[in-house]
Amino acid sequence: MELNTMDNSPLTTNNERSEATNYDSKQFVVFRVANEEYGVDIKMITTIERIMGIARVPKTPAYIKGVINLRGEVIPVICLREKFDLPSVEYSEDTRIVIFKIEDSAVGIIVDSVAEVIQLTEDDIEKISSFTNSKISEHLMGVGKLENRIITLLNLEKIVLQ
Amino acid sequence: MDMGQYLEIFIEESKEHLQRMNECLLQLEKETNDIGTINELFRVAHTLKGMSGTMGYSKMATLTHDLEDVLDGFRSAKLFITPETLDLLFKCLDALENYVENIVNTGNEGDDDYKELIDALSLVAEGKPITEAKQNTVIKPETNTTVVPQIEDAGQLIIKYNEYDKNVIQKANEQGMNVFKIDIILDKGCLLKAARAFIIFQILERYSEIIKASPSVEDIEDEKFDFSFTVVVITEQAKKVLEQELNSVAEVNEVVIKPVIAEQISISDSHESTGQNPTQADVKVNEIKVETSNATTPKNIDASTAKSKKTGKTVRVDIDRLDILMNLVSELIIIKNGFEDLDGMSKANTYNESLEYLERVTTNLHDAVMKVRMVPVETVFNRFPRLIRDLSKDLNKDIELVMSGEETELDRTVIDEIGDPLIHILRNSADHGLESQKARIEAGKSQTGHIYLRAYQDGNNVVIEVEDDGQGINVEKVRNKIVERGLLSEDIAQNLADRDIIDYLFKPSFSTADKITDVSGRGVGLDVVKTKIETLGGVVEVDTEMGKGSKFIIRLPLTLAIIQALLVLIGKEKYAIPLNSIKEIININEEDIKQVQKQEVMLLRNMVIPIVRLDKILDVPNRDETNGKKQLTVVIVKKGDKLSGFVVDSLIGQQETVIKSLGKILSGIKCIAGATILGDGNVALIIDVNSLA
Repeated sequence: MELNTMDNSPLTTNNERSEATNYDSKQFVVFRVANEEYGVDIKMITTIERIMGIARVPKTPAYIKGVINLRGEVIPVICLREKFDLPSVEYSEDTRIVIFKIEDSAVGIIVDSVAEVIQLTEDDIEKISSFTNSKISEHLMGVGKLENRIITLLNLEKIVLQ
Repeated sequence: MDMGQYLEIFIEESKEHLQRMNECLLQLEKETNDIGTINELFRVAHTLKGMSGTMGYSKMATLTHDLEDVLDGFRSAKLFITPETLDLLFKCLDALENYVENIVNTGNEGDDDYKELIDALSLVAEGKPITEAKQNTVIKPETNTTVVPQIEDAGQLIIKYNEYDKNVIQKANEQGMNVFKIDIILDKGCLLKAARAFIIFQILERYSEIIKASPSVEDIEDEKFDFSFTVVVITEQAKKVLEQELNSVAEVNEVVIKPVIAEQISISDSHESTGQNPTQADVKVNEIKVETSNATTPKNIDASTAKSKKTGKTVRVDIDRLDILMNLVSELIIIKNGFEDLDGMSKANTYNESLEYLERVTTNLHDAVMKVRMVPVETVFNRFPRLIRDLSKDLNKDIELVMSGEETELDRTVIDEIGDPLIHILRNSADHGLESQKARIEAGKSQTGHIYLRAYQDGNNVVIEVEDDGQGINVEKVRNKIVERGLLSEDIAQNLADRDIIDYLFKPSFSTADKITDVSGRGVGLDVVKTKIETLGGVVEVDTEMGKGSKFIIRLPLTLAIIQALLVLIGKEKYAIPLNSIKEIININEEDIKQVQKQEVMLLRNMVIPIVRLDKILDVPNRDETNGKKQLTVVIVKKGDKLSGFVVDSLIGQQETVIKSLGKILSGIKCIAGATILGDGNVALIIDVNSLA
């Protein structure tokens, strides 16, 4: 499913229905950064926006790209590539800003593209052990397995607040 | 019954009443005999008693009740006000404030029952015998002493008649109607006296017309009587009928009905109603006695209610709702800015008209909303007379506080925060600023020290000044202290301007006081003052002259939400500089910039002004350094009365900007005060002049 159609609309509206059908499963929004697939619990996400003008804020870490105006609200945005020490690329047609709420304040993350919404049950999620040692692992909640895909589940709170 | 929903109202109203009480007490200290003030006090105490009782705060109710007793004594001239009793009243006020404070914090009035105050109050209430009253210059008629009607001598109940009453009674007599004076004594076990009195009134009204009552009808309804009261009625019925009817009411102990004859009524002199000079107006005709002090009460109550109306009815608005309204206005302004940015393609009149209209609407809406948020500084100032009074006692100095501009309005959020800094400064002025009485006389000054507290509006700022006519700040002493504490080397300290030396007073834990007093000198204070005022977007300055006094000047922004700003371009980025901190904008040549100890400076009309290169401070990327031009645009900003020059690439223009916070995650960035949204939807950061200048 392409998510382009869902720009500007809260994703959480679909949530209740699917939850009613399957109590054990959770929905995750899947997006891509540098050919890897990441997932975030859909309940945390408010909207997904196309890339827009970002005002740089001085004296901040490099991964904080600046602030955007989202319908009158000033929201800081974080570049996931910078955060994960990946090489930066030009923004493209597919680049999205995923807006979510943490401790009542909105934050956006820049991702290469948003792919789809998937359902994972408890069984599909593997808790992370010490199988990776990269910088990324500290931001993880677990790894989701869907057919033969591996989806890294992010702990957004850790990413934003560290 | 759940009183939770009333709690907020109770707290707000209690605070208002306590404030009123405070003002009255201060007034009373000046004019001990002002019966109007005493009545007002009594009324306030009574209201507080009722309110706290209803809310179930029994300790508070007990204290106010005892307070009321004493005040009633003053009111009826049974007791006289002495400095000691006033102190006691002030202490009671503090205790009541503590109760309210406790209720605010915990929802509970607390455990302290202020036994010693209650004891003292009851001592005062009893301890002033009638004999003392007689010693007063005013010779009071004997009857005045019986304020609270005694049950034993019901016949002594007193009623005051005026000319009009007498005429009415005379007419009634002429028409063959009966005029009776009825003393009603209730059973001592009667619980709801007011209710019982109401039933009696109902019965009486069925048969007669009540023309007079003692205590007044209002007081009776408020249960402000002991167990008996007196009414005068005109009726066609015989005495017996009334007697029978009244005796049938439960809990009525005794009814004494006596006829009143007009010729036997004496009329009290007109000037008695001043309450100051009761004359020997009582005549013992028919057991009718004239009661002066009590009869003045209704009149004074009228006066005090009129006064209380003047103190202003407040509308309490949930601040959250106001903020929503505020946000809406912000949106409107953003839309307006969007309009302005539209290219003038459609120059049709309608476009301009609607744009102007929108502008007018937004301006009005902005004003209206701001007004709702505005509160007069009076709400902060009115606690200071008491503060100064206490300080003057503690420090044994004669201090007079002169306040002006109390009606100046400030944003509610600022008002809430400005109290503590002002208290610090006032204490400072009283303790360090003003000399001791002896020193003042030696210096040829008046014994009474003055502190002037002024507020006024100055453009987009509100200025609050605290000025004293004391000794002023000893700059040399501060300079020595700086060196002593190793903050600066001697050479540097000697070369610093006085103004910069005084700035050190605002550094943390810096105190020049030789000894620490209770009031101040611990070195905490002025730095807190400064921090607080800066977080409110304001500045503090000090003006001082040795031997003449010092002046603390606080400048605060009128509003915190919408400001006029100058948009500038630095590199490719747009920044906003608040207009009220901009002094002027000039163009200079690159070579006009000189170096002083690695700090770039420029000369502006013979003033040395430090230069701040915003592109460097803000790390603006990809910027062509020289830009090929020799001319630099410098925005001269003022912080207090220090100037500095901000170098920018170019100016965009002036715009009304809505300040938005950068949010929790980006908080704590020093050079940025917030963000604003431009007409094209992009974000521009607002430069924090205070931290950069």
